[in-house]
Amino acid sequence: MGGRAVGRYGGTVGSEVGEVSTTDIPPYRPTALPPFSIIGKPLPKIDAAAKCLGRTKFADDIVLPRMLAAKMLRSPHPHARIVSIDTSRAQALEGVKAVITGSDMPNAFGILPVSQDEHALEGDHVRFIGDPVAAVAAIDEDTATQALELIEVSYELLEVIGSIEDAVANPEPQLHDYADDGNLHKLVHLEFGPVDEALERAHLVQEDLFFYEGSTHLPMEQHAAVAEYGGNRRLTVWSSTQTPHYVHRALEKVLELPRSRIRVVAMPNGGGFGGKSDPFGHELVVAKLAMLTGRPVKICLTREEVFYCHRGRHPVIMKVRTGVTADGTITGMDFESYLDGGAYGSYGVASVYYTGALQTVTYQVPTYRFRGVRAFTNKAPCGPKRGHGTPQPRFAVEVTLDKIAERLDLDPAELRLKQLQPADSLTANWLKIGSMGLRACIDKVVEGSNWKTCFRNLPYGRGLGLACSSYITGAGLPIYWNSMPHSGVQLKCDRGGGVTVFCGSTDIGQGSDSILAYIVAEVLGVEPMEIAVVTGDTDLTPVDLGSYSSRVTLMTGQAAIQAAGRVRAVMVGPVAGKLEVPAERLVFAGGVVFDAQDPERGMSFAEAVALTETATGTVGSVGSYRPPKSPGRYRGAGVGPSPAYSYSACIAEVEVDPETGIVQVPRVWIGHDIGRSINSSLVMGQVEGGVYMGLGEALMEEMAYRTNRNVTHKWPSMLEYKSPTTHEMCDVTTYLIEDPDANGPFGAKEAGQGPLLPVMPAVANAIYDAVGVRIDEVPMSPPKVHRAIKDKARGKEPRFGPSGTPTVRWPEVTYVPRPVDGGDGKAHPRPEPAGTGG
Amino acid sequence: MLRLPPCEARFPTSIAEAVELKAKYGPEASYVAGGTDLYPNMKRRQQTPYHLIDVRRIPQLDRLEVDADGGLIIGAGVTLTRLIRDGRVAAGWPVLGQAAATISTPILRNMGTVGGNLLIDTRCNYYDQSYEWRKAIDFCMKKDGEICWVAPSSPRCWAVQSSDLVPVMVALGAEVILVGPEGTRTIPAQALYHNDGIEYLTKKRDELLVSLRVPAMGTAKATYQKLRRRGAFDFPVLGVAAWIRPNGGGTVADARVVIGAVGSYPIVSEAAAEALVGHALEDDTIDAAARAAAKPAKPLDNTDFTIGWRKDMVAVYVRRALAALR
Repeated sequence: MGGRAVGRYGGTVGSEVGEVSTTDIPPYRPTALPPFSIIGKPLPKIDAAAKCLGRTKFADDIVLPRMLAAKMLRSPHPHARIVSIDTSRAQALEGVKAVITGSDMPNAFGILPVSQDEHALEGDHVRFIGDPVAAVAAIDEDTATQALELIEVSYELLEVIGSIEDAVANPEPQLHDYADDGNLHKLVHLEFGPVDEALERAHLVQEDLFFYEGSTHLPMEQHAAVAEYGGNRRLTVWSSTQTPHYVHRALEKVLELPRSRIRVVAMPNGGGFGGKSDPFGHELVVAKLAMLTGRPVKICLTREEVFYCHRGRHPVIMKVRTGVTADGTITGMDFESYLDGGAYGSYGVASVYYTGALQTVTYQVPTYRFRGVRAFTNKAPCGPKRGHGTPQPRFAVEVTLDKIAERLDLDPAELRLKQLQPADSLTANWLKIGSMGLRACIDKVVEGSNWKTCFRNLPYGRGLGLACSSYITGAGLPIYWNSMPHSGVQLKCDRGGGVTVFCGSTDIGQGSDSILAYIVAEVLGVEPMEIAVVTGDTDLTPVDLGSYSSRVTLMTGQAAIQAAGRVRAVMVGPVAGKLEVPAERLVFAGGVVFDAQDPERGMSFAEAVALTETATGTVGSVGSYRPPKSPGRYRGAGVGPSPAYSYSACIAEVEVDPETGIVQVPRVWIGHDIGRSINSSLVMGQVEGGVYMGLGEALMEEMAYRTNRNVTHKWPSMLEYKSPTTHEMCDVTTYLIEDPDANGPFGAKEAGQGPLLPVMPAVANAIYDAVGVRIDEVPMSPPKVHRAIKDKARGKEPRFGPSGTPTVRWPEVTYVPRPVDGGDGKAHPRPEPAGTGG
Repeated sequence: MLRLPPCEARFPTSIAEAVELKAKYGPEASYVAGGTDLYPNMKRRQQTPYHLIDVRRIPQLDRLEVDADGGLIIGAGVTLTRLIRDGRVAAGWPVLGQAAATISTPILRNMGTVGGNLLIDTRCNYYDQSYEWRKAIDFCMKKDGEICWVAPSSPRCWAVQSSDLVPVMVALGAEVILVGPEGTRTIPAQALYHNDGIEYLTKKRDELLVSLRVPAMGTAKATYQKLRRRGAFDFPVLGVAAWIRPNGGGTVADARVVIGAVGSYPIVSEAAAEALVGHALEDDTIDAAARAAAKPAKPLDNTDFTIGWRKDMVAVYVRRALAALR
């Protein structure tokens, strides 16, 4: 392919690639090249001691003078019109200070601009059991609880939409009038290259159906929020949120109070996993109640309410048809996904695109079609859970590849290795790949697990399975349209040598506060523990979009490098002058600024700050980061692009009890292409956490519903919603592959979400290796495995999984010529099939 | 968080005082020891006693001793942790520790008591839910409602016997000692239970479970096999207690097979015992006993897992229990 050839559609292939590789980040300074003094070291988290000693203050730990307790009344009906609400008896109860309903907060909100479909309290239409309709502030929680029982709500019941099949069959009654079609929230139909031709010509077309059950985040900390409306008529909200900036915007919209008068403080999260990424009704409710009563108001949700907040993994039915040549090379893929979205939009439009976006970034998929639909149903809203929309299709792709390898008698590892998406390339759907370390990941787990000897050779009941994956390191586009930075950092140096980093990011346990400290410490040559980190406070810190899409290390890291580099640049002049050495010879390390050629010639960092402050005034700086522009220009191209993609390969070992179908996973080997570790032990912690969460989804977790047309949550409790304990956790052997990415801070990519993805398909493939049955459904619970084993013994198809997909009327295709077609990244009419003449 | 309803705790120091308090306050009162079953239920408004009669200061309930006949006396207030750690229990009745160690988690076993575990409320996932959740399904007959959601045409409640110690105590032929306003009575453990999800105990309302007596094992052997989702926390979805007394010739002289968690009371499988007595524990015998034991098991859709699979697992677990006694 000619690099500069003008394509059929007017675009220039080479120039497109060139354009996306430019960023507004200055190149690394010399101090950013190895060897490093901080980067990569397994240092303790800066908040480790406080967490371990129980000193970290979470939102529910906040106690303010005269504080009131809030409680929310929730709908007991899955779908109803509110005829009337009478709060008079509740208001009359002694100790009750305020009672509010939907009419007090009529403005809609929602995380995505296209899905402004939620209200802090629903005023006329409830859409799931748990939808909030009224709230009380009272002198204590008991009084507030008692008051809820005195609120009389009269409902007119509506027909229930219980499932995606229901939603397809019943366009009425609509849950939301903005849906694409009836109760189908969003329909997507994208095609990249001539898929049908590729499948027709394929040596083999593997067709599979999969179902991936919904699951929830299950953070240890229940959501909590406190609000105070001060005498100066400024509102402060402290919340366990992953996205203070979006909460800030929602408060402005719903309360009709300018953002300049609202302060949102994100408290340390006791686990987030995506479950605290939406603005929630309870955050708006405590704010409103604080404004009405003039007293601080706190709410801490019950565990059951956390299940109703949900925003977890979408249940997805998937159909995948994959064409391959005789040697297993993929020629085309036709992918369909059907998402049960629950009652509200949340991130759902992004979720449905994500079920189709990243199939192309691991192996070369030359032609690709994706059709996806998200339905509204009367259940708790689904949204982003660790891996957001990609674990489901990744499960499908990796299991289908295992079946292809089996049919062609190929080693599943070799099948993958021969068709990896190359580094520095564009995929068929216009995603720009930078560094790509999947080969090394596969090699490591294959070697570590003794795959070549053990695969297909272990005794009946024991097996190995391989799967790979990839994930974004931050989304290329912000949630609301703007061209501002995604992340900002402010830096202030004290005369005593202390450095304070201000950033809007939110530490949800992943260690993002520590990352800021390590990076600034590396650039300025000081100790991380000497750096104060102030984060997640809209009064104090520049905007960071939030802890989601694995964006924080890369984006805040780049902003921090820029800010620290700028401070360093300011300090170099005065210090070089004083030391009488050329500025370019100065080294910042070990708390000292010195001459590289004569280390005796130097001064302490504190002296350097004081000197600079004397020379130029207050020492501080700002830095910010905006991701590179993506080459995709078609509608839907906003989901999938990322500054960098992480890669993972995983081999799971299973033991299946054929008599019971109980699956145990004693060991997992996982290779993760991290680009470069900022802190290797934190990366390993994230990898192991991903494996743990993946095991839960693989083996047991289920957001199950029943009764009332199957829309009552079956078990909204930590006891009955089954998630693994330490007994179920496997041994994990982690290999970190360090292949620095040009877009990452010091080359770093993400670790928080990607390593979860290959676990479920690796377990499924291992179950097949162990007992010869295919479980095309997650979770792979004992009854399903047992049924498949029994079916196999009876000579039936040795498989457990779905048997069909709903029948959906797909919209007109958006046809996008690929880079190889000389496309320009935009949609164009589908070309006529190539003529037969020569 | 969920809040306890208003309540007041009382701390009697003698059995007589406790029974007197209970008789005085009637249905407004409840005995409580560790509270690991009652307090969550109170938070969910399944039970809302105002007067909590905390029996942990009554010395007789704290006994753990071997009597003159070699039987084990366990005060109802003995914690599960203490039972597990007691050397005499481990040596003489190892199955007790084996079963107790599968209950919940270490922290809850530090609080939970043997008596509490024997009297544990029957469970059902239409019932073990918050007040608001139950309200959304219009409640069920076990509390506040009319219908049994598990079997909507059923006149009775099908909540599940969910204790791990109950099948074991029944299999071991334990006796329980109850003290009420009308005096003391001693009944076989099996007679404490009734096949109904609501009226699951034959204990009279005001009677206090004081202690148990477990006969010496002698030459007998026993085991407990528990099926559940995870290695901790979970209540049984199936519990199999098997007790075998061999005779000299290597055959089974006497046997008891008790199935828990597949009905509202522990199911004693006479048929399994018959299949075993007089035979050696060969595979065929075990298979026959396992098939016989599985027959009356009637799991319904009110616990974790699917009912068909749970039914299938009864024979598998009985077989494994008996094989462990070879």
